[in-house]
Amino acid sequence: MKNKKTLSSLKKVLSYVRHHKALLLLSLLCAAISVILTLYVPIVIGDAIDYIIEPGKVAFDKITPMLIRIAIASIIAALAQWMQGIINNKITYGVVQDIRNDAFRKLQSLPVSYSDTHAHGDIVSRIITDADQFSDGLLMGFSQLFTGVLTILGTLGFMFVINWKIALFVVLATPLSLFAASFIASRTHSLFKAQAEIRGTQTGYINEIIGSEKVVRAYGHEKEAMQSFEDMNRQMEKCSLRAVFFSSLVNPTTRVVNSIVYAGVALIGALSVIANPTAFTVGSLSIFLSYANQYTKPFNEISGVATEFQNSLACAIRLFELIEAKPQTPDKENALVLDEAKGNIEIKDIAFSYDPEKPLIRDFSLSVESGKRIAIVGPTGCGKTTFIGLLMRFYDVNDGEIDVDGTNIRDITRNSLRKSFGMVLQETWIKTATVRENIIMGKPDATDEEIIAAAKASHAHSFIKRLPNGYDTKIGEDSGLSQGQKQLLCITRVMLALPPMLILDEATSSIDTRTEMKIQHAFATMMKGRTSFIVAHRLSTIREADTILVMKDGQIIESGTHKELLKKGGFYFELYHSQFKG
Amino acid sequence: MIKLLRLMKGYRFPAISAPFFKILEALFELMIPLVVKSIIDVGIANADKPYIVKMVGLMVLLGLIGFSCTLCAQYFAARAAVGFSANIRSALFGHAQTLSFTEIDRLGTSTMITRMTNDVTQVQSGVNLTLRLFSRSPVIVFGSMIMAFTIDVKAALVFAVAIPLLCVVVFGIMLGSIPLYKKVQGALDKVLGITRENLAGTRVIRAFANEETEIASFEASTSALNVAQKVAGKISALMNPITYLIVNIAIIALIQVGAMQVETGILTQGAVIALYNYMSQILVELVKLANLIITMTKAAASGGRIQQMLENGGKGHESSTDTAKKDHHAVTFKNVSFTYAGASDESLSDLDFTVDKGETIGIIGGTGSGKTSLVHLIPRFYDATKGEIRLDGVDIRAYSEDDLRKKVGVVMQKAVLFKGTIRENLLWGKPDATDEELWRAIDIAQARDIVEGKEGGLDHVIEQGGKNLSGGQRQRLGMARTLVADPDIIIFDDSTSALDYATDAKLRTAVREMEGDHTVFIVSQRAASITHADKIIVLDDGKIVGIGSHTRLLDTCEIYSEIYYSQFPKEEVEA
Repeated sequence: MKNKKTLSSLKKVLSYVRHHKALLLLSLLCAAISVILTLYVPIVIGDAIDYIIEPGKVAFDKITPMLIRIAIASIIAALAQWMQGIINNKITYGVVQDIRNDAFRKLQSLPVSYSDTHAHGDIVSRIITDADQFSDGLLMGFSQLFTGVLTILGTLGFMFVINWKIALFVVLATPLSLFAASFIASRTHSLFKAQAEIRGTQTGYINEIIGSEKVVRAYGHEKEAMQSFEDMNRQMEKCSLRAVFFSSLVNPTTRVVNSIVYAGVALIGALSVIANPTAFTVGSLSIFLSYANQYTKPFNEISGVATEFQNSLACAIRLFELIEAKPQTPDKENALVLDEAKGNIEIKDIAFSYDPEKPLIRDFSLSVESGKRIAIVGPTGCGKTTFIGLLMRFYDVNDGEIDVDGTNIRDITRNSLRKSFGMVLQETWIKTATVRENIIMGKPDATDEEIIAAAKASHAHSFIKRLPNGYDTKIGEDSGLSQGQKQLLCITRVMLALPPMLILDEATSSIDTRTEMKIQHAFATMMKGRTSFIVAHRLSTIREADTILVMKDGQIIESGTHKELLKKGGFYFELYHSQFKG
Repeated sequence: MIKLLRLMKGYRFPAISAPFFKILEALFELMIPLVVKSIIDVGIANADKPYIVKMVGLMVLLGLIGFSCTLCAQYFAARAAVGFSANIRSALFGHAQTLSFTEIDRLGTSTMITRMTNDVTQVQSGVNLTLRLFSRSPVIVFGSMIMAFTIDVKAALVFAVAIPLLCVVVFGIMLGSIPLYKKVQGALDKVLGITRENLAGTRVIRAFANEETEIASFEASTSALNVAQKVAGKISALMNPITYLIVNIAIIALIQVGAMQVETGILTQGAVIALYNYMSQILVELVKLANLIITMTKAAASGGRIQQMLENGGKGHESSTDTAKKDHHAVTFKNVSFTYAGASDESLSDLDFTVDKGETIGIIGGTGSGKTSLVHLIPRFYDATKGEIRLDGVDIRAYSEDDLRKKVGVVMQKAVLFKGTIRENLLWGKPDATDEELWRAIDIAQARDIVEGKEGGLDHVIEQGGKNLSGGQRQRLGMARTLVADPDIIIFDDSTSALDYATDAKLRTAVREMEGDHTVFIVSQRAASITHADKIIVLDDGKIVGIGSHTRLLDTCEIYSEIYYSQFPKEEVEA
């Protein structure tokens, strides 16, 4: 089962590599050239040594051309090596880039609930750290696996040509080395996986605490945070020690096996020279020893690659888990592209819950005519925000249906549906970019005049003007804008896009009431002719609504105009009057 | 990077033992070519088979001794590297706990997180490999040269030329690539930033159907990373081929010199082979070293960034020894001004007011008028740039950070809860609080229905970031967390914005009825939340424009009456 998973992720990795087929072949070619020449050089050297026998018997005329041959072969081999290095970099970094991009793209098509229910730190750690570790492993694989295998095959080939007896001995001894390497590698895999898991937990914790460092400080919780971090950290240390130590055993183990092989070659070689000095010269012995030395290297490398690859596959598995997470149901093939929606909304008996055990929205029906203003009020946690999420199709209803202009929203493309709504949420989100880029999210081709007009309407213009670079000032979450200023920018986004329907979910909660009054005026103009949904606690902001829905426990318990509801003396009446209580 | 080494504390023994055993192993390995030389010059020349067998036996023995040395070395290296990186993580995390708010603002969260995760991992593998190989390689390289000198001085001169040349190449490439790898890491930071931001903005991005734009900017960042990686890779890819070439040229020279020495009878054939073997050994070692260099440069770059963060701030607050009681008020602001680091304008100017024990102070004002900045000065989240703030008549700089945090409780605008049970979250305020105390705080915060409604009550597990709670629930639990500590001064920093009016009103009543003399600051956008306050401070553009009771301000402060009537239109107030 475990191997199956590893195997399938290996296949997936290969499918990414496939895009670089031509480069891969070129890399192989370079590897072959450099390996063959690297193996050829010791042969020439051995031959040269055979001409250096004893005083007075050195054939300089034979040696010189050999030395030239060595020089040429070395230069070509070096060039091939360099090219191979560059190509391998290109492939590896390309593959990691592709995988990262795919993972990020996937993130955009996962259901919103994925981001709600998964620790952001863990997702980040997959896309950043795991991808990085994976790329390291892959690069090692490329640069050393090819050359390693080719060197082993090439060495064996040359050996058989020169002296089959010694070659046979080496071949027989080979499995010993392989066996030792694979024995250790198979044991380290689970250690690496455990390490990756605990690393994920720790990254999550770091993300949580450091992400809210100010809160931690405000409560003087530093010591406790440090304590839990320390526990996690020491556990991680234990885990890593095991993984790192066991994986580092591969190299020495293969080396000791190889030094035995080296000794064997020396023994058989020396005896062969004594037995028949003309058939097997001292020079040949030096070739063999040099080979035996080089022959150990690829085994070390391959085994190194094996451990690194284990680690890297463990990381790849975590990446693929993300890439293959179940996406939201895709738009239907013939889904309608909603253009210029009129804004007739029909909600038929919908039900929804995040957790099947706890029903949230039930028996909810509503009919909204184009251009009407609907206000939703109710105590905290009554399902207001969830309802908005259903309208925008952040979640799909479990039961019933929502129609826009007579079409079930399941039959409309998500993008066109969402673009038809302008949404301002209580929780503001500013991306790291210029003010202008933040504003044009809903209308990328807006002119400067349009942008400034929208900013003036939302009363954001005056503070933007005062920023160091005006509309070109770089801003972000931590850039010192107040919550209210951020909210004004979010409102400007909608003011600019002017979509046919509006959702204002506590849109002005962080804005002072004086500015709010002015914005309300702008909102009022904007809402004219647009179907609007307004969620607010400030009852003053919703008095003007055509219909006020009073929600409680996921159901509509009262509805009507402000006056009607006050007259009724129900829940709304109570809610309204509580704001005057000291 | 070197400064970081002090964090090796507690792991010095393994950190020293690892290279020691590696060097030992290298020394055994250096014997091998000499053994081979004896086999050729003595064993083969005299056709002495028993001698050859004996020598081969010696080789095997040397190999086995070397192996046991390596085992020790690997273990100690792993221990030192893993322990070192754990220490670094602790140091970084601990350091983050001492940063001032200004420094947190400046460093940025995502930078701190990469330092603690990615950079530390890089340093760990760097240290591990360095301990294992970096001590061994020089021993082999220079050891080979020394061995060569014992064989023949003239031939050894080839080593004396080749080795410095190799050093120049190896270190040149290494030094050249460090800044390039720094750039790579910087590019990676950007990719991380975008990922985090995207996750935080899932809803907004989808609402504006901006997924493709986001993907485009992410892809731009990964492709910048790719370019940086390839540039750095190109330089380090030079390492192997160049060293290979130098070594082979040295071998050519060696054979030429060796041939001449043999011709004149100074050297034997076996000696030439031994010299050649030493040179080959250098190459094998350098190839290993080259692979190490990439890891090492990356580690050094990461280490530098870690060091940078450790050196960044953490100076804590300046303190004062002036513990004299200068007045009898609970809180005194004396000509206080405040400017954020890097900002050109004052956020607060010349604030001057006093608050008595047990009073409730309302703070109201427009967006960006400085309400939050004002209350953040009281627990010294930020230090006033001018003037003096006193608590119970004593300069706040004379309080220790711990005392101050115990005395002043802040309920923040954005209620952040942490992974763990509700109880664990509430105990943040007071680690030894009893359940009874917890429930009392929960009741005041109007959160009883939340806790009772959750499976397990106080033991209900809150997910990371409090994601399984609504905004209002988070706010009320956040409030309870502060109330558990029962601080003298409680600051509500616009912390009821997600609550409906009815709950907000009940909460205010409950806070007023709390036992003991609590001084309460309420920052709010809602006039209703502060009308009952003993004193209301009206801020506009960082200045106090009105201070007094509700009824007085309604008459005397234009901005206040404007705010009030925008929320309570006259006709309905009168109705």
